[in-house]
Amino acid sequence: MIDAVGLHKTYRLKKRQVEALKGVDLHVESGEIFGVVGQSGAGKSTLLRSVNLLERPDEGSVRVGDGELTALRGSRLREARRGIGMVHQHFALLSSRTVAGNVGFPLEVAGVSRAERSRRVGELLELVGLSDKARAYPSQLSGGQKQRVGIARALAPEPKVLLSDEATSALDPATTESILSLLRSLRDELGLTILLITHEMDVIKRICDSAAIMENGEFRESGRVLDLIGTPGSLLARSLFPLPDNGGPETVVITYPRSFDEPFMSELTRRFDVDVNILGGGVEQVAGQSVGRLSVDMRGSRRAEALTYLSEHGLLVEEAGK
Amino acid sequence: MTTDRILYLADEGNAVTAVLDFVYDWPNMWPSLWLGTQDTVYMVLWATIFSVLVGLPLGVLLVTTDRGGLTPAPAVRAVLSAIVNIGRSLPFIVLMVAVLSLTRFLVGTTLGPTAAIVPLSIGAIPFFARLVETSLREVDRGVIEAAYAMGTRKLTIVGKVLLPEALPGLIAGLVMTVVTLISYSAMAGAIGGGGLGDLAIREGYQRFNDHYLWATVILLVVIVQIAQSLGDLLVRRLSRR
Repeated sequence: MIDAVGLHKTYRLKKRQVEALKGVDLHVESGEIFGVVGQSGAGKSTLLRSVNLLERPDEGSVRVGDGELTALRGSRLREARRGIGMVHQHFALLSSRTVAGNVGFPLEVAGVSRAERSRRVGELLELVGLSDKARAYPSQLSGGQKQRVGIARALAPEPKVLLSDEATSALDPATTESILSLLRSLRDELGLTILLITHEMDVIKRICDSAAIMENGEFRESGRVLDLIGTPGSLLARSLFPLPDNGGPETVVITYPRSFDEPFMSELTRRFDVDVNILGGGVEQVAGQSVGRLSVDMRGSRRAEALTYLSEHGLLVEEAGK
Repeated sequence: MTTDRILYLADEGNAVTAVLDFVYDWPNMWPSLWLGTQDTVYMVLWATIFSVLVGLPLGVLLVTTDRGGLTPAPAVRAVLSAIVNIGRSLPFIVLMVAVLSLTRFLVGTTLGPTAAIVPLSIGAIPFFARLVETSLREVDRGVIEAAYAMGTRKLTIVGKVLLPEALPGLIAGLVMTVVTLISYSAMAGAIGGGGLGDLAIREGYQRFNDHYLWATVILLVVIVQIAQSLGDLLVRRLSRR
């Protein structure tokens, strides 16, 4: 749905140049939630703003749906932007307009008739659960409510793609949770494609099908979240499951890239007569699967056999120092 | 001690008599005071209208042509800003004299309230333009970017985002301009512009009639208070932050 190839962008400041994008390729499937995670200054905001050409990349092309956005200018670009909704970290609502006035704004701009507008606004407010706040002003709403208005507004022109610029970063954990589940249910109901940027690993874990880790204007790794977790040396797996660095040479990191029913640890001690000492670990729901990582200290004469056994059963085994 | 006390009483007696004299004199003065008030309101009203007609677009251009604005044009902005600064740096009394020939060209005379509208407008336009610029800069850049992302035309962004979002600030700026114009209009009186200022100078200062001086002061204060209160009320009504 979104295909960006070879994106380069350099900002020229007074004294120095900042390369915000150094050749990024981004592919987001239709109906997918794709998360780009990274520190501030990694270039993820520039990347997101390149997709609807709020920033025009110096090099590279952006396609959204069937059209090549980078080839458009003027009124045709404005037209194309209406097919791409955007949600902002600080909501970016018009303080002088009511909730209904804000949600109706993109329709007004697109020349939709008043009657049609008020019908759509009613539907959208129902969709985000704010029907009773239609006549309130943004200053009277909580952060979570403001973001719901922002989402309703982004959805007003019936876009196929939704861009989310740190949509939950200004919200508390409970509100974040409710906004994330709203985004997921919108994807499920409307078949939206969502591209989001965030600095919170939690967001990736909770709603993303695919993810990319961005650093210094480049993708360090990208792909489907579960695939990445099952890849040796994955940065994403390490960030999702931070393990204590307290092991010796006998330490093994075991990744469970999906849910398993088998009791592997007791199985190992029984079959291979090894001693297993758990140093740290975690289990999380990722993309609807129970995924986990364990750091264990394993000793015994048949250690190598034990590790092979785990690998054969689909677990990812990474030995210290290897 | 005794002399002090007698002096004090005499002073008090004079003050009371003076106030009473002033009150009794009011009906005699009223016809010319009323005329002066009308002239002042007339000058200020028209000068305000011209200030908004020219100052508002000028203020908008100062913001949109700036770097990072909607339509960056640093050269245009530099020229506009210089013009505004020239207008702002001239003391009003000098400006009035400086534009006399323009006034004669536009109105046909340099005397009377209608002629005073010319220098008043020229004095207030750059003042209001700067106030417009300041309040437009207060508008959240995120909101403008959001409007962009929604495929909004630049002119629509100005009309439907920039100006409505800055409205309370714009009204406050307008009130400041009106109050400044009232003070300018009194100065315009000094060179034959008519209005309350003219009255204060001719009757009060040149003919030593304190009653006229006091009366014009009271009327000017009342007019400014009314303008300010109406403005404040409007700002409170419009403020949604």
